[in-house]
Amino acid sequence: MSIDVVAEDPRDNLFLVALKSPSFMIGLVLTLIFSSAAVLSFIWTPFDVTEVDIAHKLLCPPFQDWIGNLGLPSPDNNWFSSWKCRNDPAYILGTDHLGRDMFSMILVGARTSIAVAFIAVGIGIVAGVPLGLAAAARLGSLVDELIMRTNDLVFAFPALLIAILITAVYGPSAVNAIIAIGIFNIPVFARLARGAALSLWTREFVLAAQVAGKGPARISLEHILPNILNLLIVQSTIQFSLGILAEAGLSYVGLGVQPPTPSWGRMLSDAQTMISFAPHMALLPGIAIILTVLGLNLMGDGLRDVFDPKLRRSRT
Amino acid sequence: MLVFILKRLLSLVLTLIAASVVIFFVIEVIPGDPASFMMGFEASPEAVDALREQLGLNAPLWERYINWIMALLRGDFGTSYTYKVPVAELVSDRIWVSLPLAIYALILSVVIAFPVGVLAASRRNSATDVTIMGATQLGIAVPNFWFAMILVLLLAIKARWFSAGGFPGWEEGFFPALKALTLPAVALALPQASILSRVMRSSLLDTLSEDYIRTARAKGLSRRQALWRHALRNALIPVLTIIGLQFSFLMAGSVIIEKVFFLPGMGSLVFLGITQRDLIVVKSVVMMLVFAVIVVAFLVDVAYAFVDPRLRKGRA
Amino acid sequence: MSLLHVRDLSLKIGDTDILHDVDLSLEGGEILGIIGESGSGKSMTALSIMQLLPAGSTTAGSIMLNGESLLDMDERHMCSLRGNEVGMIFQEPMTALNPVKTIGEQVAETVLVHSDVSRSEAMKIARGALDRVELPAEQFPLDRYPHELSGGQRQRVVIALAIALRPKLLIADEPTTALDVTTQAQILTLLQKLVEEDGMGLILITHDLAVVADMADHIAIMQKGVVVEAGETVQVFRDMKHPYSKTLFAASSHVPVRDENRVIDLEKKVLSVSGVVREYQGKRTSLFRRPVPFRAVDNVSFDIFKGENVGLVGESGCGKSTLTRAILGLNPVQGGEISLLDVRVAPGMPKSMRAGVQVVFQDPYGSFNPRWKVERLVAEPFHLLDSPPDNRRERVAEALENVGMSAADMDKYIHEFSGGQRQRIAIARALLLRPDLIVLDEAVSALDVSIRAQILDLLAELSDRLGLSYLFISHDLTVVRAITDRVLVMKDGKIVEEGNSEEVFRSPQHPYTRELLAAAPDIEKALQARQERA
Repeated sequence: MSIDVVAEDPRDNLFLVALKSPSFMIGLVLTLIFSSAAVLSFIWTPFDVTEVDIAHKLLCPPFQDWIGNLGLPSPDNNWFSSWKCRNDPAYILGTDHLGRDMFSMILVGARTSIAVAFIAVGIGIVAGVPLGLAAAARLGSLVDELIMRTNDLVFAFPALLIAILITAVYGPSAVNAIIAIGIFNIPVFARLARGAALSLWTREFVLAAQVAGKGPARISLEHILPNILNLLIVQSTIQFSLGILAEAGLSYVGLGVQPPTPSWGRMLSDAQTMISFAPHMALLPGIAIILTVLGLNLMGDGLRDVFDPKLRRSRT
Repeated sequence: MLVFILKRLLSLVLTLIAASVVIFFVIEVIPGDPASFMMGFEASPEAVDALREQLGLNAPLWERYINWIMALLRGDFGTSYTYKVPVAELVSDRIWVSLPLAIYALILSVVIAFPVGVLAASRRNSATDVTIMGATQLGIAVPNFWFAMILVLLLAIKARWFSAGGFPGWEEGFFPALKALTLPAVALALPQASILSRVMRSSLLDTLSEDYIRTARAKGLSRRQALWRHALRNALIPVLTIIGLQFSFLMAGSVIIEKVFFLPGMGSLVFLGITQRDLIVVKSVVMMLVFAVIVVAFLVDVAYAFVDPRLRKGRA
Repeated sequence: MSLLHVRDLSLKIGDTDILHDVDLSLEGGEILGIIGESGSGKSMTALSIMQLLPAGSTTAGSIMLNGESLLDMDERHMCSLRGNEVGMIFQEPMTALNPVKTIGEQVAETVLVHSDVSRSEAMKIARGALDRVELPAEQFPLDRYPHELSGGQRQRVVIALAIALRPKLLIADEPTTALDVTTQAQILTLLQKLVEEDGMGLILITHDLAVVADMADHIAIMQKGVVVEAGETVQVFRDMKHPYSKTLFAASSHVPVRDENRVIDLEKKVLSVSGVVREYQGKRTSLFRRPVPFRAVDNVSFDIFKGENVGLVGESGCGKSTLTRAILGLNPVQGGEISLLDVRVAPGMPKSMRAGVQVVFQDPYGSFNPRWKVERLVAEPFHLLDSPPDNRRERVAEALENVGMSAADMDKYIHEFSGGQRQRIAIARALLLRPDLIVLDEAVSALDVSIRAQILDLLAELSDRLGLSYLFISHDLTVVRAITDRVLVMKDGKIVEEGNSEEVFRSPQHPYTRELLAAAPDIEKALQARQERA
């Protein structure tokens, strides 16, 4: 795949252009909703998420019956369950099997997911990008070979296997999930940075910088990095969304976030045995994951369209 | 061609060795003393000593590694500490659930993605294309285990077309076993098919703008003929890379999805191993999974050479 | 009735006017040359005839081929015409063939889409076509893949698949621009032969006046989507009416006027290259054989004196780029010595040493980091000084003014400039530290002829005024002759001939130089030959 990374006009306020892309806008709105939810959860949640309240267990969201009956002739049967369930307007998304408020748990779950994925992407960028740049600067040398072989090796370990290995030795925790996903992100960013940097190293402006006496490190920093930044931003949004999915998966199988910290993946794990009589416990966290991931992906797609010099040229 | 395959075979062996070193290091070196780790705090020193003797932990590190590898080559994975049976026996039952599941899902995802990707690319920017792109965007955002739970709710619990879980075993006949794997495979395949369709589409669009497509058109081929005869095979090259990567995600994903359907696969084995601190089991299962991923990556490399004559010369 | 008759052809892509009232006509067995600079619409004219225009194109007027109107034809009918009645070949042979199919399959495909012959029959016809383009069966069996062939050979395959069914009209869009001169001459001769044998009409699209003077019976000169001048070749060349044609003609054989008082100081050696050898690790041919090192530069020696402009000519792969990198101190040499003002050049040399030699590259678009402003771009060589000067902006402004740009351009980004302006800025960057030697690596090759003439004037003026020495590397003999005092001819890593430019070009001694000169198209020679024939 050829990567044409250099945008023609650096002064365009890319962000302003991005605002014109509908997919970017939808993505931005979704992402803002969930990041505000995460921030909000630090200062306020309707209920305490650690408090068990058996009296209020398994309440449905107040709107569930209404949605469940949509398109059905009789009010007795329902898309979700075969009986009318109890609800309480105070719990707008219902409660789980221990009477905890679903809405509060989803708010706190957003915080967990975003924090885990964010740090994992950070690990990938901080470790991967310099490695990729170094490999490209010393193409064909031992350094390049070593970095790329190590990358291949890490690619053979999906985040889940890394998490299994770490958990087997250290026991389960959220930190495991972060490390596992973070390690998996390193080769992703290293490869991307290397590939893009390689195509830039053949450019004449890099040759001109060498003639101006600049060394590989300085050229990587001054000439290569600024020109691959767009690609890195796009990839970050994608890895961010993959991180959220991976965190959910790891927490679901018990390798990630541990109780009592709510996380979307763990909520799904709790919901599984109750799916036939409390489907809202499974549906709601799933929808939260989908919307967050969708938001990030749409944002990444929108940004890619805006950044892609080929597309930009054809638009003007 | 032969040189190319030999080169890849060499790199396959090297990657396998490196992966085994990593696994060995994490499992046997990081915990300090694996024997006391496995038995827990309350174990008597004599019992720990006995286990240490049984596991051969008194030998120097490099000798332990060599012994492990030699045993692996003979098909001897050691004896499970919890089950007191050879791990090879445990694994050999379960690999025939996990591996067919991953392959089934891979086939499904390819079978869905190819026509969908080609359709979207050949009708670029049409309503069909926009709909497909929107649907795949959603498909990528759906966590596979959540989708699996919804499938169980709708198709097993509500519609009763499938059983909600369990696996009859291959000895009960091919089709009943296949049926039990169908919902898990569909759940696994959906997000992967979405990704693959998008890759297929963009790869086709890239090749359709190549010079040789213009040459083909100047020969008198219609747009459709040029797509089928010239673009498709070239477009497969990046698609193959993704298929190779997907297999590792599917292997990992099948470990998670087993939990939804209570399938007796590698996943349930490894999670039991983790909770029982049975490092022998964990080590063997992870090694098996990594082996599968690396071998598939090798097969994809060989498939490249069939698609692209430029690689057959061994100057990849 | 003529074979092709284009009348009042207009083309819009979106809202942009591309072609305006284009008239052309062509008889069978004739060659029509269409000349123009980039953006003149010459390629779009060809694609209009093929009906292979980009999406969003609207055409008006008429294109008649053998009495059939192409603009009124539906896509199916057009498909049956393309490759059968009209063939087309393109500029870039390296990418024009499908990399995963054999050349036989690709040539045979032309036959298979247009007739119901069997596969083996089609392969037989393909073999015949490849033979006709002089790719004999012994060296070029049908199961060769494109990547096993050179650029010139690939272009022959493209020609073979275009002429396999002996079309009545062949359109060649810059068919030799990407090729070396000797290969270009062979391809042009081949095209001429095919036109004669088949009585086919050929439209030859090029930016090179000399090529059409040699090849075409009629020419049409295009500018900004309009045919400004057309007619019989000799007539047009001898009696140009339109001012644009005159400018184009003057520019293509432009020789800058040198200052009479310029001095070449033969006492002062700026660059000395002696016995330089540069080897690359060769490719392994088999698992068990050691790779044979490839000698890219083989025992090369020459000097450049102060104020002297030296040309280095040779075809692609002759080692001139490798030599350039060694002279710039980017790569080590395996033998011999390069010294700049008597100091040895090597990759590890001190930064301040590098200030003596600067470089201007070919591609005006790839030469600048798009994220920097011109000031920072031009100022980059200041990095070579131990401490950057206080009057940084003034120095940059001075360099820009030296190349005919203004100081105000400093605060712009590079994308705001045209190709010619960018090349001026590249020269400004090279001038900044007042080097003794500037290496011009194909520095005018990517420019349109009229811009090229201006840049050549600028280079001549700078050398005269500032006493600069140049190493002018180019594949274009006309340009080298116009600007250099002395010329080196390079082949397979060796300098095969060296001498005063005028003398070498007038009476070349080495057979390779003779071959190069014979292959290079020359307007005057071509027109004379044409008149003698008439």
